[in-house]
Amino acid sequence: MITFVLIRLVRAVVTVLAVMTFAFVVLRMSGDPAQVLLGPDLPQEAVDAFRKEWGLDAPLWQQYLSYFRAILSGDFGLSMRDRSPAIELVLDRVPATLQLTLPALLLKLGIGIPAGIYAALHRDSAVDRGVIFLAILGFTIPSFVMGLVLVLIFAVTLHWLPSGGIGTWQHALLPAITMSIGGIGILARFSRSAMIEVMGQPYIRTASAKGVRWQDVVRGHALPNAAVPIVTIVGFMVGSVISGAVVVETIFSWPGIGRLLIVSVANRDLAVVQCILLIIAAVMVVSNLVVDLLYGWLDPRLRAQPAH
Amino acid sequence: MTLAPPPATETAARNAAHRALRRVTRLPVAVGLSLTWLALMLLCAALADWLRPYDVTQMDLMARLSPPGTPGHWLGTDELGRDVLSRLIQSIRVSLIIAFGATLLSALFGTTLGFLAAQFRGAVEHFVVMLADFQAALPFLIMSLAVLAFFGTSMWLLVALMGFYGWERYARIARGLAISAGAQGYAAAVVQLGATPRRVYLHHILPNVASTLIVSMTLTFPEIILMESGLSFLGLGVQPPESSLGNMVGFGREYLTTAPWIMLAPAVVIMLTTLSISLAGDWLRDKLDPTIR
Repeated sequence: MITFVLIRLVRAVVTVLAVMTFAFVVLRMSGDPAQVLLGPDLPQEAVDAFRKEWGLDAPLWQQYLSYFRAILSGDFGLSMRDRSPAIELVLDRVPATLQLTLPALLLKLGIGIPAGIYAALHRDSAVDRGVIFLAILGFTIPSFVMGLVLVLIFAVTLHWLPSGGIGTWQHALLPAITMSIGGIGILARFSRSAMIEVMGQPYIRTASAKGVRWQDVVRGHALPNAAVPIVTIVGFMVGSVISGAVVVETIFSWPGIGRLLIVSVANRDLAVVQCILLIIAAVMVVSNLVVDLLYGWLDPRLRAQPAH
Repeated sequence: MTLAPPPATETAARNAAHRALRRVTRLPVAVGLSLTWLALMLLCAALADWLRPYDVTQMDLMARLSPPGTPGHWLGTDELGRDVLSRLIQSIRVSLIIAFGATLLSALFGTTLGFLAAQFRGAVEHFVVMLADFQAALPFLIMSLAVLAFFGTSMWLLVALMGFYGWERYARIARGLAISAGAQGYAAAVVQLGATPRRVYLHHILPNVASTLIVSMTLTFPEIILMESGLSFLGLGVQPPESSLGNMVGFGREYLTTAPWIMLAPAVVIMLTTLSISLAGDWLRDKLDPTIR
């Protein structure tokens, strides 16, 4: 068990390091932030002074080393736009993003999983077909189309809800729904197929044959076994939550991390973009790690075996 | 008086017709509709130059923001009086070209890496698996945002970038299948006969794993369309004056209240296309993939 955890930990750290390096290389090699921020007309001395101030005049590997050292000591650099620490700018946006992503996650879990399980238990019924169709529809409609259609219906035509901005809970309603629909579809489909597969296993037949009540077969034997693949997908969803927020926050002018990323990318604000990339990678890696550890808890068979 | 039995050829022909009919009717309605829609889209893309009534950039300033149904502009016009239908047809072509190019690139790249990993094992395999892990750890949209925003957007860069979408899936599948194929008699036999690795992989293993790879192509294709339109919607994908489905939705968004048709027309096309590919792909998977019952 300890080696299992250790291997996962090492892999997680390596992944984060790889993302850090990727962010650094892409952002530094692609253009001169001095030109973008200061404009092309500035005298050369000003550009040089700017480069010196931000350490852009050192060789790339030196910049990389100092970037690395700084991050290890918790310093993510200053935003080139307003000179405040990048990490503060990013952390300021976290609550807004959580206000959308947490309700969206609850909607995904609360609707997607029960719908999928119900469909699996009533296979080939009208409800099952309906669930499959809605699920496919849900994850094939891109979120920007879904968001705009919802705005068109509920904000522009019916005037029931605001079309953008942050404030009351009504403001969060449309973006949270938009964010959750794709996930509901994926989870419904996934839980359905996981459940159908489990229901075909011999131990389910055995349990039914020895006279266990149907509800208890489902609850005690089928659900725990179907949980492993479902947890995998949920973990992946939690990990990729910020990239889903990018599009939705843009549509609804929601001041979260996703908006900040788009704005910072447009402004070439290196420190902020790097900071967000790192946070995204960290969230992804941590949720994968949690999923791996959950496997051991959900499935005792995985606990006994050494990893690999 | 007895009736002469119908000639044998006639029975055979009738049987064949019957079987063909049964095959068509056995095709679920939804799949039939999807395939029809996809064929229509391919036609649109191929014949875009002949089909579109106006040039993509041609402005009709007298008829700005005219609603759908206006004579001469079936789907209406946008804020500059450009014909929405013409732009839509051109966008379908651009989006499909990007998606096709990228799907092929990604399948080629992933399969090659997967086969390399299976052939050399050891350090090469570790490296490929590590690359795949890294690709899976950083959400693709975010990675593309970083690359496109900092390298600028060009059509080639976009296709090349999208060509990395989902490669890790092909790599994993190709590696797994090639390793298990290597353990089977046929691959070992041709190796014993002195075939070069190139020959073994291209002529013997590839045909045997092709159906699984094709199935994953039907999965990546709609995802690439969505990814490209998402990036274009955010203003980082296809750049004006060129238009794609996503950037039409992005620009149409500004006129959501006054002229929703600018955004709705491409949105409906995106929805129907990805939906059709998913339905047709599911059906194809059931037909082709022997591992699924």
